[in-house]
Amino acid sequence: MENSDLIAEDKIIQDLLPQKFGKWGKIWTAALVVVCLIGAFAYYRQLRYGLVVTAMRDYVSWGIYISNFVFFVAISLVGSLITAIFRLAGVKWGSPLTRIAEIIAVAAIIFAAIIIIVDMGSPERFYFLFTHGRIQSPIIWDVIVITTYFFISILLLYYPLLPDMKILLRFRERSGEGLHKFYKFIGSFWQGTAAQFRLSEKAINMLCIAIIPVAFTIHTVTSWLFATTYRPGWDSTNFGAYFIAGAFLVGAGAVVVAMYVFRKAYHLEKYITESHFEKMGRILVLLAMLYLYFNVNEFLTPFFKMKESEAAYLNGLFSGDFSAVFWFAILTGMIVPTIILLFKKGRKPLPVMISGILVIIGAWFKRYLIVTPTLLHPFLPMHDVPASYRHYYPSWEEWAITMGSLAGTLLVITILVRIFPIIPIQETIIEQHETGK
Amino acid sequence: MEQENSPRRDFLLAGLAAAGGLLAACTPSKDKDPFEAGAVETARASGKKVKLLSVDGEVIEVDEAFLKPVPHLPPVSNSEARLGIPGKKFVMVIDLSRCKNLKKCQSACNHAHQLNPGENWIKVEPMQDAGNTAPFWEPTTCMHCDDPPCVKVCPVDATFKRQDGIVLIDSDRCIGCRFCMAACPYSTRVFNWGEPDLPAEVASQPYSAETSIPQKKGTVGKCDFCADMTREGMLPHCVSACPNGVFAFGDMNEDSVTNGAETFRFSELIRDKAGYRLMEDLGTKPSVYYLPPVNRNFPFQSGLENDKQPS
Repeated sequence: MENSDLIAEDKIIQDLLPQKFGKWGKIWTAALVVVCLIGAFAYYRQLRYGLVVTAMRDYVSWGIYISNFVFFVAISLVGSLITAIFRLAGVKWGSPLTRIAEIIAVAAIIFAAIIIIVDMGSPERFYFLFTHGRIQSPIIWDVIVITTYFFISILLLYYPLLPDMKILLRFRERSGEGLHKFYKFIGSFWQGTAAQFRLSEKAINMLCIAIIPVAFTIHTVTSWLFATTYRPGWDSTNFGAYFIAGAFLVGAGAVVVAMYVFRKAYHLEKYITESHFEKMGRILVLLAMLYLYFNVNEFLTPFFKMKESEAAYLNGLFSGDFSAVFWFAILTGMIVPTIILLFKKGRKPLPVMISGILVIIGAWFKRYLIVTPTLLHPFLPMHDVPASYRHYYPSWEEWAITMGSLAGTLLVITILVRIFPIIPIQETIIEQHETGK
Repeated sequence: MEQENSPRRDFLLAGLAAAGGLLAACTPSKDKDPFEAGAVETARASGKKVKLLSVDGEVIEVDEAFLKPVPHLPPVSNSEARLGIPGKKFVMVIDLSRCKNLKKCQSACNHAHQLNPGENWIKVEPMQDAGNTAPFWEPTTCMHCDDPPCVKVCPVDATFKRQDGIVLIDSDRCIGCRFCMAACPYSTRVFNWGEPDLPAEVASQPYSAETSIPQKKGTVGKCDFCADMTREGMLPHCVSACPNGVFAFGDMNEDSVTNGAETFRFSELIRDKAGYRLMEDLGTKPSVYYLPPVNRNFPFQSGLENDKQPS
């Protein structure tokens, strides 16, 4: 918030209250629901006929579901970046972005959990993970850490919402009966007393401290799902750091895109200012360069040596079957956004948003490249197997389910934004008072 | 193998009894159905005698009416299957100089385990050590590692290693995450992507980890060293199906392996013929040993015609 243009408290509240969907909001939501339904139908087919409806076979036994899982896990890291790291580092300007980041984190982590169940051959036995789980399997580590991260993210979304709930409860006719009841259910105990504020402050601080190691662990454990196997291409000590760097990048990319969209759709120019885009642009360029650094680490050392087991895999990436996707992902995911964002003009809202989109697209393909090429380059040659086992191109069911899960994430974000203020109201008012004095 | 004799005799007896039972079933009987429970008590002697081998090895005569069918394999319980056979350490030796890619091992295995078309637990691969050496055929099975990566990564204990070294799968436990397939450097595991094509009476059986039957949709399958056969003291199907004696199977503790026709002292065979294991550097400690393709029985070309690509 700039000092010069102070906004009256009532105006802030009016600006930031959740708004009903307009025409485009309705079309958008309906489109997402349709995509989700197509995905659900594809999943019904998969349940009925088995994973045979996918293009996965004995060699590529993990496909875009797992790529998508890694993507969701990555994008969810942003919650801890914006909320926790900014907060603990005392970065004040980030506070209008915290709710957006937390909402993205919660939506992504929900669908990370769902997509992993979709990938299971016998999903009806999901509960075996809890009744028969064995701690030496990295999958169990993932189950534990994703569950933890999910609950911390929910709480980090919920606690800062409480003061806003009190404000929302004042506008009964605006929110409608159903929503009013919901607000009352989740927030009526909040009186806004000093003691409650102190308690909430303390809780949020504790969660912020807790979420950083948990967030780092979730990405490291996800990388270990690959790195603990005997596979050329996954056998890398770099994987944990490489995944975390990539996750920060794609999460920040998602936030700048969301910032731009909400700013446009809800006319929040006064709250999400150009300086926010400027600063997020700087962060994004730093993260893109960091991820590029880890990519060089990941590929230079094996490429220099060209060990027998890795050679086919690396050649496939750099100049073979996967080279188009590989260079596309490197260029759009890291290099082009870096070039755009290095210039001052590139850190205006629109170019920052475009860089964010490029980062997200690049990141999705990068996740695809982490999973598939390795599986197509096993130690022993592929032989004595049907021809369909030698290639992988996702079937329509896989695409539909993947798109459905992406649409589902956007739908959760859309719904959460519909019922909660995108920008913390109470926090904005308080900050305005502080800076106004 | 010495220890084979006694169980083999038991098995013979069981088979004979079963055959006798079948015979009895074919003869029309005016009395009660001899196969019903308690039928032996009420059955009247028919006067027709059948010669059988007794447990003590004596030939005895039994009246046909008192014969009962004996189940072919008394299935072991799930917990017994998980424990394995005490005192054993099963090993396989694959002699690469004898393989001509006949794929009899593969078809016998597929038949015995009711595998679907295209799904193979045994694969025969054309291999070459280096650019200037002659290619050879290499059958691969599950390596039944002593340090199995698949067992380490399984989140629900669906795949397990027994005390006799055999690595098996419990299809009633498998959740289908396929982490074991990603972890296995030998790419030996297969997945039941769709509903397996099984006869109804097979599909309705309770799953036995030792026979790996019936396979189930959405679970992983793999070579099981024919744990049900080894429990009977018999050789796995691939070993007995191979006419060239490529596979030898046995007990490391007994230090002997056999391909059915010849028996070798395991340690001498490995020492004299420079036996090795695949990807020893990974530290998985496989139980399958290979003898290098020296002094070959067949040229590489002699198997090429069998190598039509299934599609």
